[in-house]
Amino acid sequence: MSTPTARVLQPLGSFIKVDSAGNPFLEGVQCATCGEVLLESRRGCPKCAAIGTLEPVRLSETGKLFSYTIVHRSFPGIETPFISAIVELDGGGFLRGNLIGVEPNPAALRFDMPVRVQFDHTQVTGKPDLELLRYVFVPLVGRRPMNVGGNHA
Amino acid sequence: MPDVYVVGTDMIRFGRYPERTVDDMGAEAALLALADARLGIRDMQAVYCGNLGQANAAVGQRIMKQIGQTGVPVVNTANACATGATAFREGWIAIKAGLYDLVLCVGVEQMGKGMLGSPKSYAGIPVEGLLGSATMPASFATLGMEHVRNYGTTFEQFAKVSVKNHHHSTLNGKAMYQFETPLEDVMNAEMIAYPLTKLMCSVNVDGAAAAVLCSETKARELGLMSRAVRIRASVLTSDPYTPQNLANQDFNAVTRLAAHGAYEMAGVGPGDIDLIELHDCFATAELLHYENLGICNDGEAGRLIDTGYTALGGELPVNVSGGLLSKGHPLGATGIANIYEVTTHLRDEAGARQVPGARLGLTHVVGAGAACAIHILEKV
Repeated sequence: MSTPTARVLQPLGSFIKVDSAGNPFLEGVQCATCGEVLLESRRGCPKCAAIGTLEPVRLSETGKLFSYTIVHRSFPGIETPFISAIVELDGGGFLRGNLIGVEPNPAALRFDMPVRVQFDHTQVTGKPDLELLRYVFVPLVGRRPMNVGGNHA
Repeated sequence: MPDVYVVGTDMIRFGRYPERTVDDMGAEAALLALADARLGIRDMQAVYCGNLGQANAAVGQRIMKQIGQTGVPVVNTANACATGATAFREGWIAIKAGLYDLVLCVGVEQMGKGMLGSPKSYAGIPVEGLLGSATMPASFATLGMEHVRNYGTTFEQFAKVSVKNHHHSTLNGKAMYQFETPLEDVMNAEMIAYPLTKLMCSVNVDGAAAAVLCSETKARELGLMSRAVRIRASVLTSDPYTPQNLANQDFNAVTRLAAHGAYEMAGVGPGDIDLIELHDCFATAELLHYENLGICNDGEAGRLIDTGYTALGGELPVNVSGGLLSKGHPLGATGIANIYEVTTHLRDEAGARQVPGARLGLTHVVGAGAACAIHILEKV
């Protein structure tokens, strides 16, 4: 048996960053020419084709439920059901992720319901040395939901 | 530029043929199409072959080894679910350019059962289920829910697409399935990704289809005009940028762009079309494409399926072959199988599922990535 070692933190997406205090946040890019907000950087802007104009921009961690599906069957070994949500972030950018804290039932979901990005840590089988940093969406109703995984306002 | 005609086309019955090879199925379809044109492989000046699963393995040349290695140029295409239509379009381009008078276009695919593709990874970690779902059913379910969001379309309306297309394929001996699926069966089938049940997902099958294309001069010279079908438009698009595309593939904008181009090239509008074979890879997709192809206004697709407008016997029958949902969807073959279906109606040879008096037909495929191909065919 190996002795426990410090796990490596692996964000699940180039736009998931961690600040010096260890707090995760979302950082996308914005085109200086057309203003479009994107998740991942690239050589040029896919919207206006300007090259070298994408600058880092902090993404909002609130948004609204744009669309979703409730996944009952995925690839073998993937636990279901879960809500795969598309969220339109306040201030720009569309993000796909799991929506938790609400029944995976169309009757329980409302388009445009406000949601909040929450970071959490998870693991996958076969990679015991990796601590995965991902985001999920949680409904934002009335007061702020409990934070999980070191997220901060 | 000269007009280009389909002078021969056919397909093998779509099904599960694990004992066969891609070469063998492609060769059979090629020979059927050549026989339909009353021509042989020696008459072909170039061959265009669409296949996705073995895109690096010279499938077109392997087909030639089955039917005659004449030494002509063979071009293999891979373009997601638009693979077959892309091969067909390359043949059209070559004749339009005046390079050739006669070319053969083949599409063929051998598929496994089950969920298409494999989980997406980030930094070597499979993220399916951790960051939502990127399966094809989930992508098209999410697009369907976008339509629900915008227009209040219902689960039942999506399900009716499957009822219709499964009914259509009971009249098509070359379809994978020939059975009725009543609405309650569709809605109560295993839920895959809401609002898509298993019967609302296209069926992965093996298959092949082929078409012989010919210049007008040559078709007249060979006396092939009586059964020839004119290609009035051939348009291929890639996905223009849309913001939603950051999070989920957008199959709408790429289709709208192609539809606009195709109607413009043909000089016709959606109201002139008599039948459509469109990319119903999932039941949600068919309703989206009613609007993307302009056969109704945005938000009216649900009502269109309710009224029977797109059923055989309706104003504008859609997917009378059974569509991808019931005829089956062998990726590389689908685009050319659509051409076969529409051509067969324009020739008034579709038997029990014939759309009476069909003069103009439209075919549409759209693949992940994205690629959309639309062809408009006309009875001569």
